[in-house]
Amino acid sequence: MNLLQIGLHHYLVISAILFTLGMFAVLTRRNAIAMLMGIELILNSCSINFVAFSRFIEDGGIHGQVFAIFVIMLAAAEAAIMLAIIIAIYRRFGAISPDETDSLRG
Amino acid sequence: MKLEFLGNIYVNHAKEKQMNQFPIREIVFYLFALITLATAVIVVTTKNIVYAAFALMFTLFGVAGLYVFLSADFLAAVQVLIYVGGILVLILFGVMFTRGVLDLKLKSERGQIIPGIIASLVILILLFTVIGKTPWNPLTEAQIQQIQSAKDMDTTEEIGIQLVGRGEVDPDGKVTGGFLLPFEIASVLLLIAIIGAAMICRREVKE
Repeated sequence: MNLLQIGLHHYLVISAILFTLGMFAVLTRRNAIAMLMGIELILNSCSINFVAFSRFIEDGGIHGQVFAIFVIMLAAAEAAIMLAIIIAIYRRFGAISPDETDSLRG
Repeated sequence: MKLEFLGNIYVNHAKEKQMNQFPIREIVFYLFALITLATAVIVVTTKNIVYAAFALMFTLFGVAGLYVFLSADFLAAVQVLIYVGGILVLILFGVMFTRGVLDLKLKSERGQIIPGIIASLVILILLFTVIGKTPWNPLTEAQIQQIQSAKDMDTTEEIGIQLVGRGEVDPDGKVTGGFLLPFEIASVLLLIAIIGAAMICRREVKE
C-alpha cells in the first residue's frame, strides 16, 4: 500500500475506523442522543464505502452514489423519528438514558 | 459544471507531478481524513453532548471532503445540505429540548467502557484483516481518469438518470436507471416519517 498514492485502501481504513468509533459510541453512551450520533457515524462510514467501491471497482458506475443518497435519506428519516421518540420519552420519564426507561421490563 | 472541474484537478495534478513532486492533493486528502477521524474521536469521547454535536459537524464536513476526492461532487453537496444543515440542527434541537440550553452539565454518563473497547477493537481488527486480505483488484488511477474523461455527463445528471430513468440494459450488460421504485418508496417513507414524528412528539390536548 503506497501511502502517497491515494487508493481504495485509504478510504476503507478511514471508514473502518469511523465505523468502530460509531459502534463504540452506541455501546458505551448512556445518552440516547449520543447514541444517535454514533449511528450517524456508522451510516457515514458505510456511505464512504459505497462511494469508494463505486469509484474504484465498478467500471465507471454511479450506483454507489445512488445508494449513498438513499442512505442519507434514510438517516434523515431515522433522525427525525428517533428525536421525536426521545422527546416523548423525556416528557414521560424526565430522562433519556436507555437504562432508566424500563417500563416494559418484565 | 460537467466533470471539467474535477478533470482539471487531475490534469493539473498530473502536470504538477511532472514538474515537481510536491503532493498537494495527497496532503489535502490526509488533512480531510485527519479532520474526520479526530473530530469523530471527540464525538465519541467528550462528556459534553453539545461539544459532541459540534464535533459531529466537522466530521460530516470531513466526509463531504472525502466525497469530493472520490469525484462525487453532488453527493458532497447533499451531505453538507442534509447532514450539516438538517440532521445536525435536528440533533441540536433534541439536545436543547431534553435539557436546558444553559445547563452546562449536559453530561452523558458512560457505562460498560471495558466491554465496549474490547468489542470495538475486535471489530476493528476484523475489518482491517478483511481489508488487508481481500484482493480488491481496484482500477488504476489512469483507468479511472480515462473512464471519467469519456463521460459526457456530470454526476448530478447521472444520478438523476439512475433515479428516475427507466431500467435499460446496454449492449455490454450495464444497467442504467431502474431506481424509480425505491425513489418513490423513499418519498412515501419520508412522508410517513414526518407524520409519525409530529404524531409521536405532540403534546396531549387537555379536554
